[in-house]
Amino acid sequence: MAPDVFELIRDRLAEEVRDASVSHGILVLVLAPETLPGTVERLKSEFQFDLFLDVTAVDWPGQSPRFEVVYHFYSTAHRVRVRLKTRVPEADPAVGSLVPLYGSARFMERECHDMYGIVFRGNDDLRPILLYEGFVGHPLRKDYPKRAEQPLMPYRD
Amino acid sequence: MAARTIPIHPAPSSAFEYLTTKKDELVGWARKFSLFPYPFVTACCAMEFMAVSSTPYDTDRFGAALPRFSPRQSDLLMVVGTLTHKQAPILRKVYEQMCEPKWVMAFGACATSGGFYQNYAAVAGVDKIIPVDIYVPGCPPRPETVIDGIMKLQDLIARSRHPILTANF
Amino acid sequence: METRLPNPVRSIFARTDRDDTVVVNIGPSHPATHGTIQIIAELDGEKVVRADAHCGYLHRGFEKECESHTWHNLIPYVDRLNYCSALMNDFAYCDAVEKLMGIELTPRCRYLRTLLAEYSRVADHLTCIAASLMEMGAMTAFLYLVMIRDFIYEHLADLTGARVTYTYGRIGGLACDLPAGWLARLAEILDQYEVFVGRVHGLMDRNRIFIDRTRDVGAISTADAINLGFTGPILRSTGAPRDLRKDTPYLAYAELDFEVPVGIKGDNYDRYYVRMREMDESVYMIRQLVDMLPEGPINVDDRRCTLPEKRLVYTEIESLINHFKLIMEGPQVPAGEAYSAHEAANGELGFYIVSTGTGTPYKVHVRAPSFVHMGGAHRLMEGYQLADIIPTFGSVNMIGGECDR
Repeated sequence: MAPDVFELIRDRLAEEVRDASVSHGILVLVLAPETLPGTVERLKSEFQFDLFLDVTAVDWPGQSPRFEVVYHFYSTAHRVRVRLKTRVPEADPAVGSLVPLYGSARFMERECHDMYGIVFRGNDDLRPILLYEGFVGHPLRKDYPKRAEQPLMPYRD
Repeated sequence: MAARTIPIHPAPSSAFEYLTTKKDELVGWARKFSLFPYPFVTACCAMEFMAVSSTPYDTDRFGAALPRFSPRQSDLLMVVGTLTHKQAPILRKVYEQMCEPKWVMAFGACATSGGFYQNYAAVAGVDKIIPVDIYVPGCPPRPETVIDGIMKLQDLIARSRHPILTANF
Repeated sequence: METRLPNPVRSIFARTDRDDTVVVNIGPSHPATHGTIQIIAELDGEKVVRADAHCGYLHRGFEKECESHTWHNLIPYVDRLNYCSALMNDFAYCDAVEKLMGIELTPRCRYLRTLLAEYSRVADHLTCIAASLMEMGAMTAFLYLVMIRDFIYEHLADLTGARVTYTYGRIGGLACDLPAGWLARLAEILDQYEVFVGRVHGLMDRNRIFIDRTRDVGAISTADAINLGFTGPILRSTGAPRDLRKDTPYLAYAELDFEVPVGIKGDNYDRYYVRMREMDESVYMIRQLVDMLPEGPINVDDRRCTLPEKRLVYTEIESLINHFKLIMEGPQVPAGEAYSAHEAANGELGFYIVSTGTGTPYKVHVRAPSFVHMGGAHRLMEGYQLADIIPTFGSVNMIGGECDR
């Protein structure tokens, strides 16, 4: 069952997808950031990928574009997962938001923005979620030092 | 060199001092056996806090069972778990809202020293924000360690002075 | 003294649109928010019109820590994600690394991991139900359930050395094998579990007050639940029998006989009952696994990840160097990425790991079920009363370590 769905997806989405492969049981599709929301919509409507699992980013500081935004989806009908990857540059780390499609995207995109600085166009609520108001910087980027604390409260002597 | 020695525990030199010492002992006895903890629970140590409050490691035997979830009504602030920078203002606010006399227990390795979280997010020990009276180590501490900590705190309360009129009053 | 303390969050509704509503702050230091969630609720009398949940008060920088420790040194950090059922996090993380390394577990390790995962699931559900019942006032049920949980903790301390956070999983196997008499004590604990849980059923199931407080409160439909990302017992309480142990079996689940309990309405009562039934199913699975447990080694015989025997380390130079390199540099995981998801007590717990071929991860990301559930929790609370927030929140089982990492 799983390989048929993967073949079907590869055939139907051949124009939007730059590269497709299967890695440890998951179909991995590499896209351009502009085609991402449209592809996700097709995955949801045509292939029943109804559960949006996760969005995160990987920081490759030596490479350009620097950030790789990674999405995972699960289909409860076909019981398979798919991973979508796209690259965004450091100067404009923006990608379309999935909030109109999935309600769970709100919090997960906020976290990705907090940690990496990826801007999700269409999500108007990108407040800090794991960090706090007044925190400067994006800690999971490779150039943020691990121990650089930004205390909110002055320490006692 | 002639050093001035300042007596730490002046011997009772009059009947009045004898009475205040006895009063301190009585008040200390009453206070140590009726601790109302405010469990400021954040992380994994909460599991051991729940275990130590229920059977078979009962803190009710020591008078420290009834948690009061309002800072005004409690006198022992137990900081259970990691303190992060985001949570630090809340801890300070809760501590300031508690009335005297109050004691603070740093429950667990993270509250004592930051544990093994040495990064941008965690505060390296609760005593950077509020003064701590007793540190209970462990990750998380076994219930017996917590009870030992409570008993040592009770000794501390029994030995300290309990003035009726304080400087603020 | 009037010094204003800094406010770490900004609410999406600082002021309300209507004149007759009040904005109330619940938490983040609150007994019933399980530690560290702040809910800013707009109330019309007792009814919650809007709720805005703020998490992050326990963000301890897990993912940043991962990038500066070896693959093995991370296991204590991974434990502290969902600290109620720490073994499941260990096994899910080790599974992701083993997938990337191409390691196949030994049969005994597979069955033992399944058994311990189900045992941890029982402990987690006991904690969740005990806490949410206590917050509604049922102190007796809390004491019964925490008693069994304490037996489980002591029993696991006999095996792993710790009561709550075990650090027991290893890449390629487990830390040590079962001590003598462990399985006999397991059978005793499971029998006592049945007695105590029977009493809790008697106290709660048909209790008029409990039903009034939880039936039709915090209800959600299956379509909404999937859209908001709910998995685990919350999704199953809406009626959808989605369980990764059945849908995409891993470890030894394909060989076990068990059912997936589902609810009917997706309300608090269904979530309570689904968790109670899941515990019974877990106990049934544990009993099957005890009979199926094969003999043999628990660590795979692979020099890339398993520490060699101490006797060899002290006598042979190759084992000494192997041991040294594994400890100091960590197991060398081939470059690539992997995502591995297990059915944890709260739902789909996924680990997405990226390796560049060294002994230190390039990136480890946790797909935490509690975090995603907090995104949808406001939908469970809006439209109900202020006092309903407490049982609803308890039934969502938000674990701070997992939600905020």
